Amino acid sequence: MTQGLSRSTVATVILLGLLAVLPAVFMAMDNEYYVGLATRLVILGIAATSLNLILGYGGLISFGHAAFVGIGAYAVGIPVHHSLFGGFQIVASNNGLFHVALAVVISALFALITGAICLRTKGVYFIMITMAFAQMVYYLFISIDTYGADDGLVIYQVSQVPLIDLSEPLHLYYLAFASLVAAILLVRMIVNSRFGMVLQGAKGNPERMVTMGYNVYRYRLVAYVISGAMAGYSGALLANYEGFISPDMMDWAQSGEFMFMVILGGVATTLGPILGSTLFTVLEEGLQIVMDWMEPAVEPAYVALFGRDLEFEVYWHLPFGLILIFAVLFVRGGIMGLIRGGKD
Amino acid sequence: MANILEIDGLMKSFGGIKATDNVNLAVEENELHAIIGPNGAGKTTLIAQLSGQQMPDAGTIRFRGRDITQVPAHARARLGMTRSYQITSLVMGMSVLDNIALAVQAKDAHSFRFIRSARKIASLRDEARRYLAEVGLADRADAPTVNLSHGEHRLMEIAIALASEAPLMLLDEPMAGLGPEESAQMVAFLKGLKGKRTILLIEHDMDAVFALADRISVLVYGHIIATGDPASIRGNDDVRHAYLGEE
Repeated sequence: MTQGLSRSTVATVILLGLLAVLPAVFMAMDNEYYVGLATRLVILGIAATSLNLILGYGGLISFGHAAFVGIGAYAVGIPVHHSLFGGFQIVASNNGLFHVALAVVISALFALITGAICLRTKGVYFIMITMAFAQMVYYLFISIDTYGADDGLVIYQVSQVPLIDLSEPLHLYYLAFASLVAAILLVRMIVNSRFGMVLQGAKGNPERMVTMGYNVYRYRLVAYVISGAMAGYSGALLANYEGFISPDMMDWAQSGEFMFMVILGGVATTLGPILGSTLFTVLEEGLQIVMDWMEPAVEPAYVALFGRDLEFEVYWHLPFGLILIFAVLFVRGGIMGLIRGGKD
Repeated sequence: MANILEIDGLMKSFGGIKATDNVNLAVEENELHAIIGPNGAGKTTLIAQLSGQQMPDAGTIRFRGRDITQVPAHARARLGMTRSYQITSLVMGMSVLDNIALAVQAKDAHSFRFIRSARKIASLRDEARRYLAEVGLADRADAPTVNLSHGEHRLMEIAIALASEAPLMLLDEPMAGLGPEESAQMVAFLKGLKGKRTILLIEHDMDAVFALADRISVLVYGHIIATGDPASIRGNDDVRHAYLGEE
């Protein structure tokens, strides 16, 4: 136990240390692309960390987490759009603090309303209904022409915040990184608190918690709202990073990716979600590079068969999917499980 | 003596089967009242309706004079009743102490407390340790619950019931699956609780029931056919006929 703990502590220090230093090194080497990649993985790590609160510690398999991220992103895109092009004066603003407040409040409200309904159901029904609500938001934004419908919305200006300039890659990165550290600490504090004990107890045995006198439904709903609000915050960062938002960010496939990050990294572990988002981003990128590199080896056979050029790296989803299947089947407890030495 | 629990005309059917068929029962403050009956008599269904996991089709349940028939399970627990389960019901993924500490914590007004680490709150942990010591599991406090034996799990169920400090304990076959020695321990333990708490005990072990109970009710096909002290139940012809078997 102690050894497992110290091992995961070492892993935490190493990963956070790398994330703290590497982007600055990339920047010094004039490799802005990798700073962007690091920003993306850190932001996705925040979203996955928030999902881990309900999925990992609460045992609530929410399949609609991308909706919160998307809402948070549109909470930046829509105000910026109106501040540049007029209309909808109440929200028109390029103030980053306003964007973040809007992202957190709207996604928390969305979590409160949908959670109040979803949490009345159990098991597979819960999974389906969380997904249904997320798809509802997805189709809502697809139908709003003002915000680009399914083409999405370009954000022509980053959120304006005091002291830092979010159009500077490193500024944005370190804001995201600080947010990630804060998110990890927040979730850690919550799960260890009395509230967190009830949440985890309800994961293990909800009926027992009820007969002890806990209104399990309420505790879960509060966790759901906290998780949704955190995801909304990550969405506001993501909008600033991408400079573009589209309903695709809220698609159920995107929700699935967040679930994968959590499961791949290790559910109900502090660091699992970040390990998951890191591996996810690295694989996404690395597989394309590897396949591009392998292309000359495969191309002659392909040309002989189909009579046209091969762009091998566009098929990176295939090995990606295989790796995910392999990981879920054979790596119990995710990457954190491996680090802890195969113990559950 | 005052009645802590009054059940009036309770009915519950599953399809065509009347699991609870017009049950009337009054449990007095601080008595140990046993409910016996053959398999399938509806004992566990009755407990589930008392603790609020199942809603009766008809009838009323009064706890300390208050009609609680429509009160949800978690609120009933807060009014002062606790239950144990025939099939062990614990949070297996947590430590033994965590389980009991949750039962202690449940007595707080609410647990929407997010800052302090629950495992570092001495009052919670110490009180939980006291209840563990009371059932003889003090040295198992830090073990993962899943690692404990069946007998130890039964004792944890009792520790949770104790930790709730609920005046009314609904115990659903606490002796289920225990060996003779463990059973004897459990009987001795429940004996020690007599007069301090009201206990509604469902039990198959007749020796235990007749050793412990102040009064016994006999449930057959969802209906109570007799209530009385152990001697009168033993001498009751209907009970002998329906339950204890014809000799």
